[in-house]
Amino acid sequence: MRYIEHEQVVKRMNGRLVANVIFKGIFLAATLLAILALVLLAYRIITQGAGHLSLDFLSNFSSRFPEKAGIKAALIGSLWLMAVVAPTSIILGVGSAIYLEEYAKKNKITSFIRINIANLAGVPSIVFGLLGLTIFVRAFALGNSILAAGFTMSLLILPVIIVAAQEAIRSVPGELREASLGMGATKWQTIVKIILPAAIPGILTGSILALSRAIGETAPLIVIGVPVIIQFLPAGVLDTFTALPIQIFDWASRPQQEFQTVAAAGIIVLMIFLLLMNSVAVIIRNKFQKRY
Amino acid sequence: MRTSVQEMIAQSKGKKNKKFMEKMIPVILFLIASVSVLTTIGIVVTLVVETITFFTRVSIADFLFGTTWLPFSNKEQLFGILPLIIGTLKVTLIAVIVAVPIGIASAIYLSEYASETVRRIVKPVLEVLAGVPTIVYGFFALTFVTPLLQSVFPEIKIFNAISPGIVVGIMIIPMIASLSEDAMSSVPKQIREGALAMGSTKFEVAWKITVPAALSGIIASIVLAVSRAIGETMIVSLAGGSTPKFNGDFTDSIQTMTAYIVQVSKGDAGYGTTIYYSIYAVGFTLFIFTMLMNILAGYVSKRFREEY
Repeated sequence: MRYIEHEQVVKRMNGRLVANVIFKGIFLAATLLAILALVLLAYRIITQGAGHLSLDFLSNFSSRFPEKAGIKAALIGSLWLMAVVAPTSIILGVGSAIYLEEYAKKNKITSFIRINIANLAGVPSIVFGLLGLTIFVRAFALGNSILAAGFTMSLLILPVIIVAAQEAIRSVPGELREASLGMGATKWQTIVKIILPAAIPGILTGSILALSRAIGETAPLIVIGVPVIIQFLPAGVLDTFTALPIQIFDWASRPQQEFQTVAAAGIIVLMIFLLLMNSVAVIIRNKFQKRY
Repeated sequence: MRTSVQEMIAQSKGKKNKKFMEKMIPVILFLIASVSVLTTIGIVVTLVVETITFFTRVSIADFLFGTTWLPFSNKEQLFGILPLIIGTLKVTLIAVIVAVPIGIASAIYLSEYASETVRRIVKPVLEVLAGVPTIVYGFFALTFVTPLLQSVFPEIKIFNAISPGIVVGIMIIPMIASLSEDAMSSVPKQIREGALAMGSTKFEVAWKITVPAALSGIIASIVLAVSRAIGETMIVSLAGGSTPKFNGDFTDSIQTMTAYIVQVSKGDAGYGTTIYYSIYAVGFTLFIFTMLMNILAGYVSKRFREEY
């Protein structure tokens, strides 16, 4: 009895090999399609907006006239927003991560906090806007100020920072910790002087990526009621302000064709902003990352 | 070694402080860690309380089963949420049709075929694609995809479900691709090599070994991506329109749940009006939808995981 029909195998072999090549081509094409989408997106926006980019665009306030519209208030506003979001979210995120990795006992409360963080990451950003509107804008009476928006954004990116900081802390080898404790250092001294310095590149990289998400987020700001047309710069965190994505949204949703060019120019500014932040994150990752 | 009395006192005082610090630090850190729990509680309480206020003015049955959404009407306001849900589902359906095949195909390519060099180029590109702000995608949908579609199918309106659906699909491709690729990469090499040694082609290994073994992870990635698509706001606000309709037409203007919240927020609805409370009721519905999806994703990846 023959278990393998030689002729059968040979007959089917060609078909199988052809299928292999065809599907490899299909899978490759799908991958290239994703890249093509990115190239197309970048190309469209640069060709649309580059013409409107100028120093005047950066130094003018927004205007009813497209040719005069500038992005100054939004650019400065986004920087103000970051000045609130960065310290708030990093302190809260790194603090939570230290607690979860170093102090938390394995009990129900801890696992509840962990599950909660994972679920919070899946809540749509616009729902965070509703939270901010009720708690910060109304209950704390902060109005549509930089502080109210900053707190809302901080809560939005908190899960991302916690997870990144947890990973960074976890990757610090146990020997370092044990050596420090063995030399007589207290737990907190070990954390501050040994673990955090070793984990800082990872924490910073994760935080910067999270912050760049906050810069591009639009929906929560709209819900909070961040205005669009602002002809002055904020002087403090309790002032009202506008931000890059809000300004772009306003220009993009105007009916006049000319404003599409202005919106594209605004997007270029936003993307350069993001690109700079991401390159800083990559530099930190490559320069300070130690392999233990 | 000699130490003066003063120094010893100073030292012991320092120690006391230190001990106190060591005890306080965990408490402070616990309080910080509970902010994330408070956030969840805050979200749920906010949504529930304001939604209850909304339901004192509009009956729950009208809200859940009404097929007309007319909040800005001068005569009789109608708050039937079904048109908004239909709008959301239309966009999500198209996004899934676009993203699932492309996302899984690129995941297979990256995990089974691609060389290390190709992976090093493609993965960062996918990361960039995932990092593009949604407002940028929205602008792209409105000013590029919609005109392109209109030039091929003239019956498509300026605001429709197809264009934002396609672009939301592009937005969630990286999510499906990278999560599915993670799942496929964690399938042990021995199984693959065993199949290859038995004479399977690479495609047969991918399709009959890797994909079935990683299926729980792949499905979880799709469910998470659907959740993202449901909660997506800016793309649908810019390109979807603001006329909620209870029909199956994809070429006409729609409104999603998220886009309604944006429309009301932009228009500065007075505090205390029914419209003001309606955004919380819609937000709550949205929250339940995404929460269910996230729970489902967790369940799928846990329940159907193949352990090796």
